Amino acid sequence: MSIVETVRVALASILANLLRSSLTMLGIIIGVAAVITMVALGTGAQRAVDAQIAQLGTRVLSVMAGQSFRRGVASANRVSLTVDDYEALVRDAPLLTEVVPELSGGRQIKFGNKNLFHDVVGTTPNFPGVHAVDVRAGTMFTAGDLATRRRVVVLGSEIPQNLEMAPESLIGRTVAINRVPFEIIGVFEEVGERFGPEPDDRLFIPLTTAELRVFGQDRLRGLSAQVVDGVSLEMGMVDIERVLRREHKIRPGEDNDFMILNRRQFMEMAQASTEIFAYLLASIAGVSLLVGGIGIMNIMLVSVTERTREIGVRKALGATRFNILMQFVVEALTIGVLGGVLGIALGGGAAWALTELVNWNVFISVDAILLAVLFSVGVGLFFGIWPARRAAQLDPIEALRHD
Amino acid sequence: MAESAATSDAQPVIQVKGLHKHYRMGAETIRALNGVDCTIRENEYVAVMGPSGSGKSTLMNIIGCLDQPSAGEYWLSGENVSTLGDGALARVRNRRIGFVFQTFNLLPRANALHNVEVPLLYGGIGRRGRRIRAREALERVGLGDRMDHRPNELSGGQRQRVAVARALVNEPSILLADEPTGNLDSRTGQDIMDLFGTLHQAGQTIILVTHEPEVARRAGRHVHLMDGVVTEDYLTQEPDA
Repeated sequence: MSIVETVRVALASILANLLRSSLTMLGIIIGVAAVITMVALGTGAQRAVDAQIAQLGTRVLSVMAGQSFRRGVASANRVSLTVDDYEALVRDAPLLTEVVPELSGGRQIKFGNKNLFHDVVGTTPNFPGVHAVDVRAGTMFTAGDLATRRRVVVLGSEIPQNLEMAPESLIGRTVAINRVPFEIIGVFEEVGERFGPEPDDRLFIPLTTAELRVFGQDRLRGLSAQVVDGVSLEMGMVDIERVLRREHKIRPGEDNDFMILNRRQFMEMAQASTEIFAYLLASIAGVSLLVGGIGIMNIMLVSVTERTREIGVRKALGATRFNILMQFVVEALTIGVLGGVLGIALGGGAAWALTELVNWNVFISVDAILLAVLFSVGVGLFFGIWPARRAAQLDPIEALRHD
Repeated sequence: MAESAATSDAQPVIQVKGLHKHYRMGAETIRALNGVDCTIRENEYVAVMGPSGSGKSTLMNIIGCLDQPSAGEYWLSGENVSTLGDGALARVRNRRIGFVFQTFNLLPRANALHNVEVPLLYGGIGRRGRRIRAREALERVGLGDRMDHRPNELSGGQRQRVAVARALVNEPSILLADEPTGNLDSRTGQDIMDLFGTLHQAGQTIILVTHEPEVARRAGRHVHLMDGVVTEDYLTQEPDA
């Protein structure tokens, strides 16, 4: 019997048992698709975190204004960081290369007939460098602008969208912050969600201008500091703590009234938790794969009685063991490969949909595809062929009597 | 042993010598055949008879190469079949033997035409040749108008006709039938037996197993088995052929 005839017999058999064939295929499809999607989600999340870490750099510490305590009682005054603290750090902390203050608050923004409400941040020209933000159009303000308290503003990427203007066309135009007119000199590139300051929906003005013309006070929400190369972040933290405790006149034994955050630690924690998340997803996928495999096994084994009779009949009519075996190999291969391909399509489609529709980070890994397809197709092949092989070894009369 | 009653002028098709078949069923060993000798010649119409458990079906299965003897020899057209391997046995079943079962044993999901084509498929006949010969065989058993029906769309008699067509399609040297009317009502049974009579008249060697005297009456020779040995072997007075 030629291979073409064998394939024809196998295909006819698949079609004649459409329900059984599709159920088997469904087991493979679900298993493969689940693994591909879940692993794509897990890997995607991990890569997103890794990318953020790479983007932000690892030399930046943040200082937040915290609560001060006097004999265990929290003071009502929470805002303990001031522009003076910033200046002290610049002057007296030798382990810091850059210090970036943030004096901020929500303010009314007026442009033409549009009224918006956004966070306005008074800061220094080194903000984009330390926080890895690119300037898309125009320029960042300069030390000169800071010294002369110029009324200039650089916009986060969402602001032009909210104003329904192209970023480039806004340069040189005037926007009113708290009714004070500011010249737009630059627009930032979109940054998206990440650890650290999210500049997209904020406006940036020189610190001195903010202090005197917009907020009328000098209390900072926080500041960021970049540690000198070759010095550990912990040493940088000690340096900050020393200067600020001195500035705040905190006595030995008293608690700090500020917090120093090491973003790298947060990100490492995030990295660890995404890793757990990825393992969790992978194990759920593994369970689906296993259940799919058991489904395949179940269907194949349940049909053994019927198939054993069929094998008996075929052998009685002149089929050799090899004929029988080849028929079942081709059947199992066809179902396995078709199911695998459909599973890849479904899993890939689901991953694509998650990216496009829900905007999740996914990364389709070839390893996962290989693993899932090999496992499912392997299970299909094994349980499709092994009982058939045993039945083909029987004398025809034993196969015919099987019940 | 009873002496052979076969006419001696025709060529022997089947010769079995000292055939034994022992099964193990749990702790018990069942001796289904206990030394059977028998010769069957061309164009004979033999009815193998005996009560249930006498070993007649076992003998038929061994003659049909569906089962292997525990001891003894089986010569089919001068070839010692009991020593053949899987491939050669498959060829024997395919080319030389047509087997009709009591329970039909059709492929349930294939239509009549495809069922009849199966032996031709394993015989290496091409698609067009298969179709033509399967059609002819079905027309011969009077089922020319039922070719695309599946077994569950056919009556018992029609199913058995499909099985007969399938057994005949490769023009085997012997037609074996194990209680071919056992699952049929008496009228359909008659039809099948008429069909066998016609085939025998056309020169077909037929061996059938039955316990119904009415069925056996048509055969030209009766072989009686009891407890795995041949007790009687004689030519009938009024062979139907």
